[in-house]
Amino acid sequence: MTTTAIPPEAKRAPAAAPRRRPRREREGAAWVFLSPWVLGAIVLTLLPMAVSLYLSFTDYDLFNPPKWVGLRNYTQMFTEDPRYWRSVVTTLTYVVIAVPLQLALALVVALALKGMKRGKAFYRSAFYAPSLLGASMSIALVWRAVFNDGGPVDNLLGTGGWVNKPGFALLAVALLTVWQFGAPMVIFLAGLQQIPAELYEAAAVDGAGKWRQFLSVTVPMLSPVLFFNLVLQTIQAFQVFTPAFAVSAGKGGPADSTLVYTMYLYDRGFVASHMGYASAMAWVLLLVIGIVTAVLFRTSRSWVFYASEGDR
Amino acid sequence: MTSTTITHRPVRRGRVAVHLGCLAALLVMLYPLAWLLATSLKPADEVIASLNLLPGHLEWSNYSTALEGVNDVSIWRLLGNSLLIAGGAVLGNVLSCSLAAYAFARLRFRFRGPLFAFMIATIMLPHHAVLIPQYIIFNQLGLVNTYWPLILPKFLATEAFFVFLIVQFMRGLPRELEEAARIDGCGPFRSFFQVVLPLTRPALITTAIFTFIWTWNDFFTQLIYLFDPDKFTLTLALRSFVDASSTSAFGPMFALSVIALLPIVLFFLAFQRFLVEGMASSGVKG
Repeated sequence: MTTTAIPPEAKRAPAAAPRRRPRREREGAAWVFLSPWVLGAIVLTLLPMAVSLYLSFTDYDLFNPPKWVGLRNYTQMFTEDPRYWRSVVTTLTYVVIAVPLQLALALVVALALKGMKRGKAFYRSAFYAPSLLGASMSIALVWRAVFNDGGPVDNLLGTGGWVNKPGFALLAVALLTVWQFGAPMVIFLAGLQQIPAELYEAAAVDGAGKWRQFLSVTVPMLSPVLFFNLVLQTIQAFQVFTPAFAVSAGKGGPADSTLVYTMYLYDRGFVASHMGYASAMAWVLLLVIGIVTAVLFRTSRSWVFYASEGDR
Repeated sequence: MTSTTITHRPVRRGRVAVHLGCLAALLVMLYPLAWLLATSLKPADEVIASLNLLPGHLEWSNYSTALEGVNDVSIWRLLGNSLLIAGGAVLGNVLSCSLAAYAFARLRFRFRGPLFAFMIATIMLPHHAVLIPQYIIFNQLGLVNTYWPLILPKFLATEAFFVFLIVQFMRGLPRELEEAARIDGCGPFRSFFQVVLPLTRPALITTAIFTFIWTWNDFFTQLIYLFDPDKFTLTLALRSFVDASSTSAFGPMFALSVIALLPIVLFFLAFQRFLVEGMASSGVKG
């Protein structure tokens, strides 16, 4: 429901100001404001999506015209390409490890900061900083070195470098995501601060202890924010690229254990010049993200609580 | 007096525990950054051999090596390229996103509801779904290996997240000023540039800083669009160290990493309030 406060008809009729503009002209102004966005939406979003759907049914190497091959890219992907499945499993493993860990840490820190009187702003900024730095190549290189043979983690745990072990390399990538918990933490904290204090007071009067207050007040009141963070971080995690690229020196190794979906897409499309195949991969990614989001929205009905439904 | 201290003691003790926990977490979090800074100042033989975080002596030559540039391209060139792309992106996003946001927040036009919903949906659209055709388009136009593919899309409001951010902010502005401007004979354009835009400054600053940092950090788009070492950014120059297995290059590589992070750190220190609040409002007001 949009909230346009004053219906223009009602407003205009009585005064009939000399300068008032006819409705059509004002609608025209709206389209002038929108024109860059409309152009971008058509030329850089809708058209490319359609083109990539078409290309996904072709063989295309950028130099020769696309050759129609029907469903072959898809059948090859699903039935004949073990590296494809490897990248799917790797990405799902990464999402399942990184997102819950990151959100749990974000929530715990936000709860710790919530009641703090002094130092809250300082901690909030300090914990947030990695979210800005973490996407950079600089930090990705640090990560590779810290988790490499002879790096600090090897020295501390004596396990050898994680980046050279198939079972551990992906965990190092996931930890880089967890390290950037500051962005969802800031959102959690803002959500926590919007919960009215009266609700806690009322619960306390009814004899609810801290734990009970957390379960009965904090959790339901925070659930929309939790849902927002969950959807956003999940979608982002499906598209991870830079850390996996840097930790594996651009190869997805060891033994393809960090070959995430977008890295394999890059490899097929831009290294091997199989643009048709890469387009098919992109469309499957789009559909999977769409389905996961839809499932999250569907389940949200049972656990997300909107206190002020309909007041917008 | 005594009674109050007694009742407050457990509370205070709890507070101290929370502070200690936060400080401990902070130390762990900041360790990679401290390690980066220390390693950028270590001589080559200390990088692996020594467990000390602090270097035995400060090896400033790492920085002079880094300042010589990468692959015969001077560091000023790399820095300039990065700045050009980030600056262009900032200008494009602030301009195009605020124009679109004003239409969505204040003007009436046909299909506003569905178009707004579509705009929101594109926030969640994976970049990769449009990447290949965009690449083909820019390739056909002969613009691959130029900066246009990195800057031009920002002038077409393709980063819907910022449109949404500015819409949210504009909806919170009082309408009276615009009404007054209209009665005084201001059309939508003057009212936008002279009344609304100045009031929207906080949201525009947030947009500008986030755009700068995200573009500065961006790797994937630069990787596929730029080939000439001449046109490389700091990020792409750093990438050429990725395969380096010998630790002798560590010092200069991490010196360059520190240099590449410096603008982000400075922006963060200067504008942390805008960044933190911009991030907070993205999730809560919606």
